[in-house]
This record gives sequence, C-alpha cells and structure tokens, in this order.
Amino acid sequence: MSHAEAHDHHHGPEPGFMRWLKTTNHKDLGALYLMFSLAMFIVGGLMSLVIRAELFTPGMQFVDPQFFNSMTTMHALFMIFGGVMPAFTGLSNYLIPIQLGAPDMALPRINNMGFWILPIAFGMLLSTLFMEGGAPAGGWTLYPPLSMQTGDAMPFLVFSIHLMGISSITGAINVIVTILNLRAPGMDLMKMPLFCWTWLITAFLLIAVMPVLAGAVTMLLTDKYFGTTFFAAAGGGDPVMFQHIFWFFGHPEVYIMILPAFGVVSQIIPTFARKTLFGYSSMVYATAAIALASVIVWAHHMFAVGLPVAAELFFMFAAKMISVPTGVKVFNWVATMWRGSMTFETPMLFSLGFVILFTIGGFSGLMLAMTPVDFQYHDSYFVVAHFHYVLVPGAVFSLFAAVYYWLPKWTGTMYNEKLGKLHFWLSTIFINVLFFPQHFLGLAGMPRRIPDYSLQFAEFNFMSSVGAFAFFITQFIFLYNLITTCRGKWEKATDQVWEGAKGVEWEMLPSPLPYHTFEQQPDLSDYEPHPTH
Amino acid sequence: MSSAFMSRTGALMSKLAIAASLGMVSQAATAEYALNMPVGVTEISREVYDLHMLVFYVCCVIGAVVFGAMIYSIIAHRKSKGAKAANFHHSTVVEIVWTAIPFVILMALALPAAKTLVKMENTRGAEMSIKVTGYQWKWQYEYIDEDVSFYSTLSQDSNFARQKNSGVDLESVDNYLLDVDNPLVVPTDTKIRLLLTAADVIHAWWVPDFAVKKDAIPGYINETWMQIDEPGTYRGQCAELCGRDNGFMPVDVIAKEPAEYQKWLAEQKGETASVATEQNVALAQ
Repeated sequence: MSHAEAHDHHHGPEPGFMRWLKTTNHKDLGALYLMFSLAMFIVGGLMSLVIRAELFTPGMQFVDPQFFNSMTTMHALFMIFGGVMPAFTGLSNYLIPIQLGAPDMALPRINNMGFWILPIAFGMLLSTLFMEGGAPAGGWTLYPPLSMQTGDAMPFLVFSIHLMGISSITGAINVIVTILNLRAPGMDLMKMPLFCWTWLITAFLLIAVMPVLAGAVTMLLTDKYFGTTFFAAAGGGDPVMFQHIFWFFGHPEVYIMILPAFGVVSQIIPTFARKTLFGYSSMVYATAAIALASVIVWAHHMFAVGLPVAAELFFMFAAKMISVPTGVKVFNWVATMWRGSMTFETPMLFSLGFVILFTIGGFSGLMLAMTPVDFQYHDSYFVVAHFHYVLVPGAVFSLFAAVYYWLPKWTGTMYNEKLGKLHFWLSTIFINVLFFPQHFLGLAGMPRRIPDYSLQFAEFNFMSSVGAFAFFITQFIFLYNLITTCRGKWEKATDQVWEGAKGVEWEMLPSPLPYHTFEQQPDLSDYEPHPTH
Repeated sequence: MSSAFMSRTGALMSKLAIAASLGMVSQAATAEYALNMPVGVTEISREVYDLHMLVFYVCCVIGAVVFGAMIYSIIAHRKSKGAKAANFHHSTVVEIVWTAIPFVILMALALPAAKTLVKMENTRGAEMSIKVTGYQWKWQYEYIDEDVSFYSTLSQDSNFARQKNSGVDLESVDNYLLDVDNPLVVPTDTKIRLLLTAADVIHAWWVPDFAVKKDAIPGYINETWMQIDEPGTYRGQCAELCGRDNGFMPVDVIAKEPAEYQKWLAEQKGETASVATEQNVALAQ
C-alpha cells in the first residue's frame, strides 16, 4: 500500500508553477498550449474589436490610421500564430499519444521547449505596441517596401516570427516522430484516427514552409539593417520576389490551419451519427492531395501584381483543382451523416456548423480563383469575408467542437450541455452577422485594411461591428463553461463519454485520463476502429 | 448618438427588407443597394460581371444540393425519430463520381474565365497611354506624348472631415473620401493603356466600374487597359495597403466624349505650363 502511494507520488505532477515550467508530460503541454492559445485568441479578439469599433460608423473616432494598421497587422499575427496554430498543436499533444496507444510524445523535452518559446515570442511581439514608431503596421503579409517603414519594432517582429517558426517546427517534428515510431503494435497507419492522419500531413507541410517564411523575414531584416537589397528595386532587388516567397509559405499555411480541423470534424461526425466515417481511405488521400496541391498555388494571392498571362492561367487552374479533394471531404461528411442515427450535442452542432459555413467560405474561394473576377475581389472586403469564413466558423469552430468533445475525457466532468448549445447558436448567428455583410461591402468596392470609408458602406459596416461585439461577448459563455467543467462543477463523465464514440481513448481509457497513460504498451492487433472492406 | 444609431439601424433594416423581398440577385436591388459587384461601363467589366454571376450561380446550385442533402439527413436521420444507423462506409464508384463531376464543373468555369483573362491582358492596339504613379498618398497622372501631368489627392473637404473627431457632418461632404482635387480625365470609346508604377511603396489602382485593379510597384511598370463606353465619373480607391493614409487616396476618373476630352486636353496644356512656372517660383522662394 505504502509502496503504491510512493509509486503514485513519483509519477504524479510536481506541485505549483514548476510543474508547468518543467513538465514533459504531453497532457500538461497540451493543456498549456490550449490555454496559451485561448489567451492569444482573447488578445487578438480585443484587437479586432478596436478595428470594428473604429469601423462602427464612418469618420475617424477612436484611433490614428497608423494605429489602425497596427491593429489589423497584429490581429492577424496573434490569431494565426498565437491562436489557431498553438491550439491545434495543443490538441495534437493531448490526443495523438492516447489515440495511438503511445506513452507520450516521442521528444518530450523538445516539446517543453517548443511551448515555452511561444510566450516569449508573443510577449516580444506585444511589446512592440509601446515602441518608437509603433507596432508593425504593414499588414501580416509584411510586404516590402512598406514593411521597411516599420520603426524599432522591426527586429523584434522578425525575431518573434523566427521563434514562432522554431516552435512550430519542433511541434511538427514531434508529431511525425511520434506517429511513425510510437504507435502501439497493431495500430497500422490506415487504422489511425483521421485527426492523426491530418496532423501527420500538416506536420510535413509545416516543416516544408516555415523555414521559407523564416528566410523571407530574415531577408527583410538584412535589407533594413545590413544594406542588402533583396527586395529594393533601387538596388537591383525585386519587391515582388518577396510576395512569391511569402505566399509559398502563406498558402500552405492556410491548410496548416484547416487540415487538423478536417481531422477533428472527421472524428466527431461519425460519433454522433453512430455510423462509420464514409470513405476513410479517400479522406486520407484527399488530405494528402490538398497538401501537395497547396504548394503549387501560391500566386493566386498575387494576380494583381502583373504576372505573365501564362502564369495567371496556370495558377487559376491549379487553385481551382484544390476544391476537388476538398469537395470530396465535404461529400464524405454528408455521406457519413446520411442514414445515420444522429443526435446533436454541442460538439456535433459545432461540426455541422463547420461543414456548412466552411463550405460557404469554400464557395467564395472558388469565386476568388477565377482570375479575371479576382481583379474585382482582390484586396476588397470580399476577401476578408472569405478567409474569415474558413478561419472562424472553419478552424475556430472545429476547435470549439474538439474542446467540447474531448473535455469530459480530459477532466472527467461533463460540461453543461445547455450552455454549450447556447454558445453554439449565439456564435453561429453572430458570426454570420459579423462576416456575411462583408461580402456585400467587398463587392460594392470597399478595400480591406482601411480605417474609414465612404458613406455608401455605412450600413453593412455597422451591422458587421454589432456582430463582432456580440460574438466576442458570446465567448464568455464558453469561458464560463470551460472553467466550471475543469473545476468539476457538473456531472461526472462516463469512460466512453459519448454513446457512439469509437477509438482508443474512449474504449480503453478512463475519464479523466490518468497523468500517465499506457505505462504498459497496449496490443491493438485485434482492434478494428473502422471496417477496411 | 442615439438618433444616429436609430436612423442607421432603420436604414439597414429597410435595406435588408428590400434585399430579401427582391432576392439578392435582382438587378434593380443590386444597382441601388450596392449588394453586388457593379456591371461597369466597359466590355471587360461586363464580361467579368457575367463570370462573377456564373460562378455565383454554380456555387448556389452546389450549395443547394449539398446542404439540401445534409439538412434532409439532419431532419430525417435523427435518433430521436427512431432512425437506426445504416452500415455502409465506402463506395469507390461514388467517390469517383464526386471527384469527376466537380472536376468537369471547374473546367467549365475556368475556360470562359481564361478567355476573358487573355483579353484583359492584351494591351496591344492602345490609342493613348497614361502613366500612373502611386505615392504615399496620392496619384500622379502623366499623359504620354501630351505634356500634361498632375497630381490627384483627396479633396480638401474630405480631408478636413476625416480628421479624428472633426465634428463635420459627413453627409454634408460630397462623396466623402471618394472625391479628389484633380480627377483623371479620359475619352470614352478609346482604348487607353495605363502604365503603372510607384515611387515609394506598392499601391494598387482600382476602379470597380472598369474591372481594373493593378498593383503599382516601385521598379516595375505594369500595364493594363480600359475602353469606357459611357461618359461619367467613376470612383475607386487604392487597394493595396500603403501605410498610414491608405484609406485616403481615392481614384477619380471622368470620362468625356472624345471631342470634349480634346477640348479639356488643350486647356490643360496651357495650364500645365503656367502651373509649372508657378511651382518653380514657389520652389525658388
């Protein structure tokens, strides 16, 4: 007995803050990543409220145009690199080992380092708000020559992007090594849950493109401080080259943010339809096809720079092709629901919201890929509406779905279903009030990234701002539900949690998960997660 | 504040009610309520509009099929109605079909788009050329071979009203943020080539009515063209983030009948000379 207690103590977490600083436990790190991303979502969300407050009515009311530009720039950097990406890394940490029967991530110390880099990077980026010349204001795309006009913030911006890149790459290497080496016996690649598959492919994309971004921002740095002229026309350089390099990173980045979301939704829909995922292997192939195609479509972000017509044609056809595998995924999800036995708990609601609203974002993507018409859409609010549809009710809704889905497993407590549903419905209504009118604004001719606008755009901007504030306030319902669930306020969760849940974490592990899972390696040879024939 | 709030809400509500009752694709509604892309005043802009509507309708049809199936399933195949889950989980034939059909649809969309694109990029046979240079934050227009050149900046009224808490009633400002001091004047029914470049950072010259948007990039000379069918004033804005006052460098184009344009040009030639002298005097002082 006393031996057992000593044993438990030895394997339990260290008390206090040092537990979190020194932890190499994948669940601790998963939780840290998720909490960090929540904090960044709040910071980035507050920045978006500054934007929407200024755009609430025409005329300049609250901020200087330069600060407005800083807000759009920082909002994007915080949401993309601080919110969405760490959130998915957190999920990968929490879920991949338990889904594959592995004791932990393969490189636990690297894992710790990868996380603790992030608060440093974002602390540094946030501090630029108080620097001479203000925070970066050239857009998150950092196009030179404009980004060369950044003040003292420039080196901090570049260095924080380097740090984020290092963090992402350590996370990606860890995912690849874990999946390829630490699967329990019998967990073949084609038996893995879709979340592991989508993350494996995402990890390869990350390793392929994050160094490209690092290279691009390093060239900006040397252009500014060391007299090089990579992107300065006056010195024989080429400002458009930066855009090619940036979007070679930037377009795969889009899929880095959405492929894990596909994985999440591909696991949740079968659970609540009580039916096997339709077309498992085609889902895997479609994910790989999207990833491969994503590195040959970058210049569809650059149709207005004056590409040769042959290049414009190539990138139009290539960009359109991406919607084929993406369509396959949507059709598979619908086929999974078809003749299922569906219930609509909060994770399912967010997943269904994801499928519909992400698809609407996909439709506007299809429109944007029409090069001649893109000249009208490009850099207008239509684009803003497009990428927010795929990122907010896309990636972010999948994160909500994932948290509601796995939280009872993580904490052992069932969240409050009524509040969850309320959160879903209010979020869905307000996200549409927020972003749908932006389609009209863009089509009517309102450019993006402007702090003030002519009066014909007033009504839809007003509506959009109302939606933004309402959406932000709605998230406090989520925050309350999350905190109370973590504190065990609600009902205890069962081990399987959901009636239709299949998978190692639901069928073989208790809720809450013990601090260490699989101290003994499980044998999954007889385990059939989904029929293969 | 509250009355402004109410009138804004009221205007919004009536706009949405009208949009809903007419259907969002109705021409009348789109023209008056700016829900849709302008049809524009060039052959290209009309083709672009048609392509835009084509791809929009295709998306509507796909959406109706996919969301229709999904919503039917959500209503009919729910556990609370006693639905029992079926057991099917893959079908190679179905997968091939729903890979092939979208592929065909995409090709059908891309081919007419390619045709228009090639037309848009063909600047040959232009009857006149204007060099457009973007600055932080104004445009310069140089009429090539005509010795006419001027800068085009945000109008004084707008510039005054847009200062933080200026207290100016924006309704009283003509075309708030869209009027300039010296608009670009061009002839109708003439193929006009624009040569775009920039002196500091990247800008983009955009007039929705012409379906023309092209980046003006330092060190580059980009080409585009337009042939305007109807006289009138056409407005756009800089569409590439170019720093603090990106939102305050509109593009104004006045299209005149060729004869009137020639008259305007002749006046300008006289004026440019005198303005140049004035500027020299000012500089000397």
